[in-house]
Amino acid sequence: MSGAGDREAVFPTRQSLGIMKAKLKGAETGHSLLKRKSEALTKRFRDITRRIDEAKRKMGRVMQIASLSLAEVTYAVGGNIGYQIQESAKSARFRIRAKQENVSGVLLPAFESYLTEGNNDFAMTGLGKGGQQVQRCRETYARAVEALVELASLQTAFVILDEVIKVVNRRVNAIEHVIIPRTENTIKYINSELDELDREEFYRLKKVANKKQRDTAAADAEMKKRKEESEEKGEENVAPEAEDSAGPTDLLAAAEDEDVIF
Amino acid sequence: MASQADYRDRQFLAVIGDEDSVTGLLLAGIGHVTAPPDNQKNFLVVDAKTDTASIEAAFERFTTERKDIGIVLINQHIADRIRNRVDTYTQAFPTILEIPSKDHPYDPEKDSVLRRVRRLFGE
Repeated sequence: MSGAGDREAVFPTRQSLGIMKAKLKGAETGHSLLKRKSEALTKRFRDITRRIDEAKRKMGRVMQIASLSLAEVTYAVGGNIGYQIQESAKSARFRIRAKQENVSGVLLPAFESYLTEGNNDFAMTGLGKGGQQVQRCRETYARAVEALVELASLQTAFVILDEVIKVVNRRVNAIEHVIIPRTENTIKYINSELDELDREEFYRLKKVANKKQRDTAAADAEMKKRKEESEEKGEENVAPEAEDSAGPTDLLAAAEDEDVIF
Repeated sequence: MASQADYRDRQFLAVIGDEDSVTGLLLAGIGHVTAPPDNQKNFLVVDAKTDTASIEAAFERFTTERKDIGIVLINQHIADRIRNRVDTYTQAFPTILEIPSKDHPYDPEKDSVLRRVRRLFGE
């Protein structure tokens, strides 16, 4: 039915029918494109989640090794060096930089670690003893932090992708379940209204034709009747009939026309 | 979603952790102290005596106030103390990363991101 479903407020004209058809076509194209985008993103997303899972486990191991090497340092230096290190930290040697990667129109950041040259805050650490262990510990921790940075970029990508996939899916569903049915409803409504108008028009024409036919038939019957009547009269007395009929037909016989004045 | 310019100048990591974790990570060279007027450190050492409010304050500072931090590392047992804050944190930048500490082995069940991963796979 035309009025049953949700539809847009348009006048049922052929022009708006054309517009609606174009709109439906656009919506269908958009739907298939978005669907494909969503699938591509989901594929990527699953890949990332799997890698996160692996990286998290790897991180557990790496951090364990790193803290073991720190314990070695504590043993070798013969005391806690934490305070000294916290005080001597001034400028970050290990920094990160964000790059972008484009996945079906979504910009995913990826962190990349780099070492700045020249500043070494811990030149004095382990100078007395345990210098070698400190050096090894620094390397171990640097590797651990690299793993952490990798994991962090995966995780950022995960968060952003999650968000984007939600948005895209919402759009896909909106088009599939709201816009397309609504446009279809509108088209149906316009079609039925136009059909209705057509039927009305047809009925009106039929009525007019009927009326005309009836009028002609009535006129015919009248004429026939008059003819018959006149014929009957004619049989009875021909003379008046002849006078009557001759009067208007014989134009030349008329005595004088009145002047036509414009 | 984070805007493009947002993460251009994020070049530091921040740590909230126990003494050993912070020491190790500082040895790797991530420690940074900003220019003299405010002297903000990008690390916080948490021990048994540190109260939750100051952890939350540091978390807040690293995640929302400072614009030069790209990754916040936090020990898992400390994240547990402000679990609500960590779980409700949904921004992409900076990234929160829960790391294991020496005394507390890593538990994947508690990690807020891993839990989301698990939920998505319907486990």
